[in-house]
Amino acid sequence: MEATPRGLKGLTWLTAAMFAAALYLVLFYAPREAVMGDVQRVFYFHVAAGWVGALAFLVTAVSGAIYLARADRRWDNIATASVEIGVVFTLINIVSGSIWARPIWNTWWTWDPRLVTATVMELIYIAYLMLRQGIEDPDRRARFGSVYGILGFLSVPLTFLSIRIWRTIHPVVVGSGDPTAEGSFDMTSRMLQAFMFSLLTFTFLYATLLWHRVRLGRLSEKVEQLKMKVLSA
Amino acid sequence: MQAGQAARIVERRPGAGYLRAVAAVVWKDLAAELRSRELLGAMLVFALLVILIFNFALELDVRVRATITSGVLWVTFAFAGTLGLNRSMAIEKDRGCLDGLLLAPVDRSAIYFGKAIGNLAFMLIVEAIVVPIYSALYNTNLFHPGLLLVILLGSIGYVAVGTLLASMAVQARTRDMLLPILLFPVALPILVAAVKASNGFLQSLPLTEVMPWINLLLVYDVVFAAVSLMVFDFVVEE
Repeated sequence: MEATPRGLKGLTWLTAAMFAAALYLVLFYAPREAVMGDVQRVFYFHVAAGWVGALAFLVTAVSGAIYLARADRRWDNIATASVEIGVVFTLINIVSGSIWARPIWNTWWTWDPRLVTATVMELIYIAYLMLRQGIEDPDRRARFGSVYGILGFLSVPLTFLSIRIWRTIHPVVVGSGDPTAEGSFDMTSRMLQAFMFSLLTFTFLYATLLWHRVRLGRLSEKVEQLKMKVLSA
Repeated sequence: MQAGQAARIVERRPGAGYLRAVAAVVWKDLAAELRSRELLGAMLVFALLVILIFNFALELDVRVRATITSGVLWVTFAFAGTLGLNRSMAIEKDRGCLDGLLLAPVDRSAIYFGKAIGNLAFMLIVEAIVVPIYSALYNTNLFHPGLLLVILLGSIGYVAVGTLLASMAVQARTRDMLLPILLFPVALPILVAAVKASNGFLQSLPLTEVMPWINLLLVYDVVFAAVSLMVFDFVVEE
């Protein structure tokens, strides 16, 4: 068993500290939103989780493409690790959105394009995990995973374009949006600071988890090889 | 591909050779189907059953029908299409035909195109039978040139990505269950655009409202065909 690298230990502690700070900023520093009240505070982590989900799937698609080009298993390891993290954060994004939508839209769920595309994205990567489970040969599993990761990512851009293609009731807070969308608001500078810091924290959280998971993947592969060696001896 | 281009300079008609390889794969599938008549029959009966179930589930009376015809049609096509895609690749895998195909001295993309065109042919044949039957059963005229174009474009995109995913699914342990799970979420942009565009034509909406969906269909047709072409090698590689 090799020791945890120093960098990873440091990053983990840094992320933990940042997360505590982000919680403080979101819960106490940012002002209470005038119309929606405290439930608006969901927004900071909701968007940050959505961002990490999208980032994770982008990393999967890129590492998949590199794997296909180089056939180096390390890239496949990164791709799987990233999918697992992305699935969790997309789920956080969807669930936190529902919690916010209950008082604001007066429903847990609505068939809005933005919500549907986020859910489809989640389903694609659950399918990705099921595909990998169904294949035993590790090389083939890596190749199929890479192919599906690339193909699946083509549906993610749609998530971001959807808000411009379809009319939507999902508010657009970042960038220009329709101000009449139900539940939209203008950010004060304190809100913006809390929001930006949440984004940064979640990005660090993603990096930390990815590093841990990639390391775990490498170790489990090593265990697999040792097992083979023992069995063949 | 580069090999093909290089050969084009040396030889006189290797482009024709590529097309011949594609045509041979298509012909093989059509001939096998012509003799066994397994696939088309199953797809057709299945498609009609789906429409029948919709009839009871949704009470397709005149008013309801006007707004949901496109949805019913595309669900039917998607389900029947999955059946066909699964079967067409399972045959190759079960009897070891795929290995034979891969041994052939042609570009792998020719095999992909051949299988995809074969699948497209089956899907279009089923659609060509289902659409008039639906028109007759529900007394609605579906023979709108715009709608037929949408059906063609939607089927191309669906089959382009479906052929690739089917050749992955048949190599997995859980193959029969896996294809719809892999295919439906990825093909969703195609299905959404196809349903919306079909609906636009059936409701005779102005062309400016239908065109964005047609454009989306075209974009995804090209994207899916291009990506599948590029990665097919990795999927069939041993």
